[in-house]
Amino acid sequence: MNASPGPLSIGVLALQGAYGAHAKALIALGAIPRLVRVPKELEGLDGLIMPGGESTTMLKFLERNAFFDILQTYVKSTPTFGTCAGAILLATHVEGPAQRSLAALDITVERNAYGRQIDSTILTSDTALPGGPLEMVFIRAPRITRTGPTVETLATRDGFPTLVRSGHLLAATFHPELSGDPRVHQLFLNLVREHQSTA
Amino acid sequence: MADHTLNGNQNGNFNSSSLRLKLGLAEMLKGGVIMDVMNVEQARIAEESGAISVMALERVPAMIRAEGGVARMASPKLIKQIIASVSIPVMAKARIGHFAEAQVLQYLGVDFIDESEVLTPADEMHHIDKHAFTTPFVCGARNLGEALRRISEGAAMIRTKGEPGTGDVVHAVQHMRQITGQIRALTVLGDEELYHAAKELQAPYELVRMVAKSGKLPVPNFSAGGIATPADAALMMQLGAETVFVGSGIFMKEGATPLDVENNPLEREEAVSRAKAIVLATTHFNDPQIVAEASEAVIGSMKGLAAAAIEQQNLMQTRGW
Repeated sequence: MNASPGPLSIGVLALQGAYGAHAKALIALGAIPRLVRVPKELEGLDGLIMPGGESTTMLKFLERNAFFDILQTYVKSTPTFGTCAGAILLATHVEGPAQRSLAALDITVERNAYGRQIDSTILTSDTALPGGPLEMVFIRAPRITRTGPTVETLATRDGFPTLVRSGHLLAATFHPELSGDPRVHQLFLNLVREHQSTA
Repeated sequence: MADHTLNGNQNGNFNSSSLRLKLGLAEMLKGGVIMDVMNVEQARIAEESGAISVMALERVPAMIRAEGGVARMASPKLIKQIIASVSIPVMAKARIGHFAEAQVLQYLGVDFIDESEVLTPADEMHHIDKHAFTTPFVCGARNLGEALRRISEGAAMIRTKGEPGTGDVVHAVQHMRQITGQIRALTVLGDEELYHAAKELQAPYELVRMVAKSGKLPVPNFSAGGIATPADAALMMQLGAETVFVGSGIFMKEGATPLDVENNPLEREEAVSRAKAIVLATTHFNDPQIVAEASEAVIGSMKGLAAAAIEQQNLMQTRGW
């Protein structure tokens, strides 16, 4: 009862993209990353990160072997953090162009809304997270254009949400795995612990 | 937390926001397939098949090799059409040293510029000063010294060269083994030996030291040149490639003729089968069952040209200095 909890085992969807960078960020915080490429690798995890990359590519893999349906059920009950392409996969609505998504988090996301790579940028601003301004790395970033009533906005860019939370789900349109600042990953790990204590 | 963004201050540049953004996009492109495309229909097939990016060009290397002549940057009209037709990042090639072509590509909004030996070099001594651009660059390399010279010039991604347009993976393997072997050799040297190593590699000391300490290149290392089958892709990924470029292997048939994906449904189906299979094998490179499944799904293949049969002066990989 009074033993300190063991390290969290966090899956990182490794179909393509920045999964290696997320795994390093998790290790730095004492969690154990597990790469997930097929549905059975979702077993026994405390939470899941869906990284940045190309959401169209990830969808192609999810269309195999009912991975999409399995993941859709999985994220309903398991803490999940989506960054960039991962946030697009979590959203209820995707625009620019429209595409299929897991529809777990009540937001509308517009893909590549800030332009091409030449428009990618690094911004630092105050957020709802304690500890001062947060660096946000935007790479061909999507924009969250609508949030549902249960969704809390934790950071913004030009008035649009960039970090949002709803229950056990967290989504960012920027890349905390490309910054040295551990606060966003720590927020997710806290959310996982919180979910476990209420489950 | 990507190593690539936190590796200190090589040339004072690895912490600059410009280079961090370039490396950031390279990070997003890991674990996937970048496909050469010559028209809008091929670009759509690439995207539908799960490519993470397309390389827009007028002729794939197999055609350049067969047809000869001077190979240049693709027409801006073609590049704009391809940019408009897909949502994934679009790359395009500039000739080695041809910074004016690169300026045009940056202006067009290309997401990555490949300063490529596949095109006819424009400068026999100097590569492009890639620090001068906002758009990231990828460059080819056959060995560690060449890779570090390109990184010193500002490349945000290295791809081993292989021998393009052949469908023969032998040189892609050779170059990947060369670079990873040279990196391993550096990691056991003492500090005082690194100065001599830098001289031997003909590369900047600061970069040589960084590689010796970290055991890896300071930018992502992708593979290109002769990858034609799902098993080729799995091989290169297991040898240490972080993503693969596939050129002539998807859209070419016998000789140097492209499949007619616009008018012939059977040939379109053939191209789709190859594209999907290579994407599948690249992600699941460590799972022979899935690579077997991917290999079985392939219809046809490019005939290929044994790299050993190519005369020295016709090799593309020797371009670059």
